[in-house]
Parts: sequence; C-alpha cells; structure tokens
Amino acid sequence: MLTRRIIPCLDVRAGRVVKGLRFKSIRDAGDPVELAARYGEGGADELVFLDITASEERRRTISRLVRSVASVLDIPFTVGGGVASVADARNILLNGADKAGTNTGAVENPSLITSLMETFGRQCVVVAIDAKKNRTMLPDRTVFSDGRGPFWYEVHTYGGKRAAGLDAVQWAREAVRRGAGEILLTSIDSDGTKRGYDTILTGAVADAVSVPVIASGGCGEPLHMARVFEETVASAALAASIFHYDERAIWGVKEFLDGRGIPVRL
Amino acid sequence: MVRLALFDYGAGNIFSLRNSLERRGAEVDVVTRLEGEYSGLLLPGVGSFDTAMGRLSAGAVSGFAGDAMPVLGICLGMEVFLDGSDEGTEAGLGVVPGRAVRLPDTMKVPHMGWNTLRMRRPGTLLDGLEDGAWVYFVHSYMARPRNDSAVTAVSDYGIELPAVLERGNYMGTQFHPEKSGEIGGRILDNFVRECKR
Repeated sequence: MLTRRIIPCLDVRAGRVVKGLRFKSIRDAGDPVELAARYGEGGADELVFLDITASEERRRTISRLVRSVASVLDIPFTVGGGVASVADARNILLNGADKAGTNTGAVENPSLITSLMETFGRQCVVVAIDAKKNRTMLPDRTVFSDGRGPFWYEVHTYGGKRAAGLDAVQWAREAVRRGAGEILLTSIDSDGTKRGYDTILTGAVADAVSVPVIASGGCGEPLHMARVFEETVASAALAASIFHYDERAIWGVKEFLDGRGIPVRL
Repeated sequence: MVRLALFDYGAGNIFSLRNSLERRGAEVDVVTRLEGEYSGLLLPGVGSFDTAMGRLSAGAVSGFAGDAMPVLGICLGMEVFLDGSDEGTEAGLGVVPGRAVRLPDTMKVPHMGWNTLRMRRPGTLLDGLEDGAWVYFVHSYMARPRNDSAVTAVSDYGIELPAVLERGNYMGTQFHPEKSGEIGGRILDNFVRECKR
C-alpha cells in the first residue's frame, strides 16, 4: 500500500534555512545540510528545498548546496526556486537532487514544463503553484464559496508577490497535461498561520489532476495533517516550522496519523 | 576495493547512486562505454527507455557482463532487462522475457512514494530483509514478465507490481534503493557484497 508522505520544507536564502510568515518576514532557522541529515534520520519521507536567494550568485550557491545535501541524504529531495530553463534544472538534477520545482518559470513560459519532462522524465518535474483567494469574480473561473461569499483561487508568482491572473485549478490541470509529474500546492492565505491547510484548494486540485499533489501552507500541528489526508486525496503534506525545532516531531506526527488509520511509513 | 561501472545515459541524477555506493566502500566509475575491468555494472533509473537503449545494446551488455558479473538495474535500468517497453520502440536487453507496460491510469501515475515489499522468493538483493520493508518508488511503467520465475518481491499499488527481479547475474529493482533510507542501503550492501565474490 502506498503511504501518505510527510515532507519537511526548508526555505533557503544565501545558504541558510529561513522561515517566513505569509511569504514576508524572515528569520534564521539553521544550516540546511545539518537539518537535512537530521530530517533524513528522523523519519522524513522526502525533503523540499526552496531557494529564495535573489542574486546573480544563485546558480553557484544552489549547486554547492544540492551537492552537500545529496552527500548526506538517502531519501528523495526536490529543489525549487529560480528554475526558468532546462539548464537551471540540469544544474539541480546533475548535482544530486531528484526533482526540480518550477513556479514563476512555468507560468511565464509553460512550454518549459514540456521541455523539462522530455529531457529528464515526468517524475523529475514538480510544478509549484502558489494560490490565493480572489473575491473579484471573473468569467471562466473555478468558483468556490465560504462564509464570506464566492471566490476563486488565483495563481501568484515571484514568491507570492505578483498575481498572475490564472485560475489555480485550471493551471494545475494544464501543467500536468504539459508534463508535470507532481504539483506542490501552497495556499498563500494559510501559509505561516498555523491554522491548517486549505482543504478546499487542496481537494479541488488533487481531484482535478492525475499526478500526486503535495499540500502546503498552514500546518501548525499533527491534526492539520490528519485533516488534509482525511478530507482530500493529497499524496503528501509539507510543513516547515513544526519540524525545525523538534527532533522527534516527524515520528510523532506519523504515530499520530497511524493511530487515525492513515497509512504512513513508520 | 570493489570497482563498479555506473552507466550514464546522459540525463538525470546519478550522483546519489554513485555517492551511496561510494559510502559502502565501492570505487565507482561513471562510464558511457562498456569496456575495462570491473566487478559489477549499474544501470541507473533515469531517462527514458529509448534514450537508454539508444546508448546500450544487448550485445554490448552481455559481452561486458557475461554470465557472472553482477548487474544491478534500477527502475528504468530494470525495465530494460525485458524485451521491450510501451514507453518506446527500441528492443530491450531481453534478459527477462516480457515487456514493460504503463501503470494503469486508475491510479495516480507516476507511482511516487514509499511502499512495502512483499517477499516472493529468496534472492541476493533482499538477503536479510523482512516482508513489509519500506522502499521508495518513482515510476510510470512496470515490468510485466511473461512468467513470475524472476520475481523475488512485489508491491501493491492497486495492482501487484514486480518490485525486484533476479535472473542469473542480472538483478533489478523497480524502486530506488539509493533513495530508500536504511533498507535501500542494505540492498546496495547486498549487491556490493555479491560483486566482491
């Protein structure tokens, strides 16, 4: 039986792990290689690194980081951030990552997804989607509603800073049609709040696509992971802050999920 | 020291496999031609069936490995043991009769994540491992051997899929041992030990 995956996420800036709140304020959370090794031994099913370095030096820092992490890790890991070309992805994959994540690069140039799939195989291509509720209604959007009325989920790029106009559910479907092997789906509204995943968003996208979906944004406690797995067909749940400061945290979450009958690797 | 040849078809991550073998005391050469003195051959699991078979040929592999050198095929590297694949038009190595077929679309494809092994018969790679061991899969195609005589372990993904194939000196895993934590490490240890014999 295939398990649901628990994935710690490390946001990396200039070679250090950092933690942000709602894509904004940032504080230091440790050394990426040290954290990776600890997570690998601590029961993580996979790791995700998102490089939020914005500089010319990016490519060199990434290759160095990926190589150091790959040397200590014997579980899969994804690296995303600034992947705008096949060469960017090759830099990540040939240095030891298993998957390359692309977000802004794919929105601005959707054919990149197909090029990556044809070059490296679908399983290496993760399309990251950052989505935010938009209550200004437009035609041909996938409409949901909550206590405050109808809304749709809009794709954002540049680390959540720019609204791209695209409908997140439709974009996920298109990304898969073009070659994505996995969707990393982050709710900007929930990110950093520790009030739980957006299960409406996660459920809609996971039902719309045939590839695994990683739920992200808002996890503050094990119960949030249980909810996203019980209420949606998400394949994996990603979290950052609940794991950074506690070595037992991942096994603790897994024992909790196992106790609720959710299949996990123990 | 045991010296292994790791065949590079050109695309994807072979760093992890190399690194993992080196941690187990092997000397690893990444090669694009099958020549020289080696104690074992690795066919990694990156790329597509036709790109792999475009660089390999059944004659070159059997000439290099003969019937004694241990060969470990991982994922795609195992699928090429078969006669052919739905993924491409090239002929496979034909070591195990049968074909690689696409996973049924009733399930999420690729099959990506941790799954358990169900042991079917004793083999070299799984020596010392128990039923239910966790390993990491990432694949869209699966082996469909003509008969199950080479299948030493299976996994359940809606259907029962062959997880480990062994036939003579050819051993293959549909999953990635280099990404399967401690269990994967033991599988690679078993392979390296076989190469030393």
